[in-house]
Amino acid sequence: MTETGFTEALRDDGPDEPPRGRWRDVWAQFARHGGAVAGGGFLVFVTLAVLVGPLIWTTDPQTLDIRAKNLRPIWTGLWAADASVSWAHPFGTDNLGRDMLAQMIAGGRASLAVGWAAMLLSLVIGTAIGVVAGFFRRLDGVLMRLTDLFLALPILPLLLVAVTLFRQPLRASFGPEGGMFILIVAVIGVTSWMPTARIVRGDVLALKEREFVLAARSLGTTPGRIMLRHLLPNVLSPIMVSATLGLATAIITESALSFLGVGFPSDFPTWGKMLADAVPRMVEYPERVLLPGIAISLTVLGVNYMGDGLRDALDPRIRQR
Amino acid sequence: MLTYTIRRLILAVPTLIFISFVVFMLLQLAPGDPLAQVPLTVPPEVRAQMREALGLGEPPLVQYGKWLWQLFVLEPQIFVDWATRESWLLGWLPDTALYSGELRVISWQTRSPVLDIVLQRLPQTLWVVGLAYVVGILISLPIGIYSAYRQYSVFDQAGTFVTMVGFSIPPFFTGPLLIVIFSVGLGWLPSIYDTTHRVTDWDSFVVQLRQMIMPVMVLALQITAQFARYMRAATLDNLRQDYVRTARAKGLPEAVVVGVHVVRNSMIPVVTVIALGVPSIFGGAIITETIFKVNGIGQLLITALFANDLPMVMTLTFIFAVLIVVFNLIADVLYGLLDPRIRYD
Repeated sequence: MTETGFTEALRDDGPDEPPRGRWRDVWAQFARHGGAVAGGGFLVFVTLAVLVGPLIWTTDPQTLDIRAKNLRPIWTGLWAADASVSWAHPFGTDNLGRDMLAQMIAGGRASLAVGWAAMLLSLVIGTAIGVVAGFFRRLDGVLMRLTDLFLALPILPLLLVAVTLFRQPLRASFGPEGGMFILIVAVIGVTSWMPTARIVRGDVLALKEREFVLAARSLGTTPGRIMLRHLLPNVLSPIMVSATLGLATAIITESALSFLGVGFPSDFPTWGKMLADAVPRMVEYPERVLLPGIAISLTVLGVNYMGDGLRDALDPRIRQR
Repeated sequence: MLTYTIRRLILAVPTLIFISFVVFMLLQLAPGDPLAQVPLTVPPEVRAQMREALGLGEPPLVQYGKWLWQLFVLEPQIFVDWATRESWLLGWLPDTALYSGELRVISWQTRSPVLDIVLQRLPQTLWVVGLAYVVGILISLPIGIYSAYRQYSVFDQAGTFVTMVGFSIPPFFTGPLLIVIFSVGLGWLPSIYDTTHRVTDWDSFVVQLRQMIMPVMVLALQITAQFARYMRAATLDNLRQDYVRTARAKGLPEAVVVGVHVVRNSMIPVVTVIALGVPSIFGGAIITETIFKVNGIGQLLITALFANDLPMVMTLTFIFAVLIVVFNLIADVLYGLLDPRIRYD
């Protein structure tokens, strides 16, 4: 029985499946993490919803329909028959009669745009500083002291200071929304690149002593090419993990700024701003707090779960199992 | 270790001076005018004198130097005077009387010394933040240890989910949510933190406890989520080590293996994380204080910012920076003390 089993196995010409690439492996591991797939799926859903949403739900979020103000969401009719609901506004309207569904879409668009842009900015800064500090020994000390200095900055107080100080000049030159967008993205990006830089530097320090870098160097590859072609692809996995963390914190930071009243202008909805505006009336209209609050929480939760799954999938020590 | 600590302490001085310089120069760009509220009928020369009195007449570098002088020479003098005059610990010493009425750092809002206001506000923040920190640590460490010990069990899965949720829900959402549920819906807890409340007997202590529950829980949720994850990871690392197998092979009871051997070793990285987290929790307290109307230093910073009170903003930001630098130092020193394998030289 076992004899034939062995000979059966010996008769095989090769492995059953063709060898899989690294990213196929990563994807297979990622797909096994239920929470990560659900989180990633939710992020894709929200991103699509805020991108395509305005084409389907064409109501303008800024339109004041004062006759239809303070409408409850349509599902309130299930338990309160006398609640004022309307199919024209499925998520209800706010105290000025602005459609909540349209506001949620516009707010999500702003929150996600700020999150993605700030995350990319901090990623670019962090990766550049990390790779350069790890590769050039002479710059290492200076750049790492700079990183320590930035880590010693009180981030939230400084964010508040920067936003209140530079609001006026940037608004004057880029318009109220554009100026605020640039300001918030720049401020979050410039104050959150340090963890990425530290992780990337550590990895580059170990990588640059490896043989393939020596081989590249002996072939006459310039330092710039070595960094771009040989080092960057190898530090991609920690960068991707810190990218997900960065996206989550950027979304929360933007909402926190809006909540404290130093974010976008008052007629420009973002999730944090909608939440802050709804807090004074939350006893009568709890859904206006719940809708943006749940949207922020679920998005951040999804991103965090995705980061968790990504970390597991990209770590070859865990992937073996 | 001692030389390392001293070197780090000396290095912290230029760091802090640089940070304060950057913040000061940033604030110089502020568009607001502290005299905007003064009536237009006030003649320009009087207005200039008023600017002078607020310390605005000098060039920025001189202003910065004076701010440093006021904060690092005058304020310690006042503190030493107070210690030898009124405090019970050193009150028996002769009165030093170092301070002789020079101008201190003055808030533009209240025209009273900034540090006096900060000292009035600090206890509220420290009570809420400190208690939240202690509660968070007490809850998170057992959760982290147990979920690592029973990895992939139902408890671990549930714990991971709850910490993820606590990690992801921002405090400006949990705060209003708790107020709606417990203050408005059930009417159990007050939604506003009354800082004038004095604890004199059991009943007033209960009132104090009830008004502290919600702000502390909002802050503690975030802390718990963060530390439980770290503790779980650290415990998992240590459970696979050889010394755990040795301890079990010696016949030690499981409670000793986990409770003494593993926990002591897993605490090393977690303790540094706990020390590093202290400054950021003060930042998080800004939002919690705004929601529950605690008049601590976070709320002070927000109101000072909106009122364009630059000396107050400057001093508070500097205090936050000091907290970060000091706790970074504490974390590094603790790491070296707890783990003999770490050598700083």
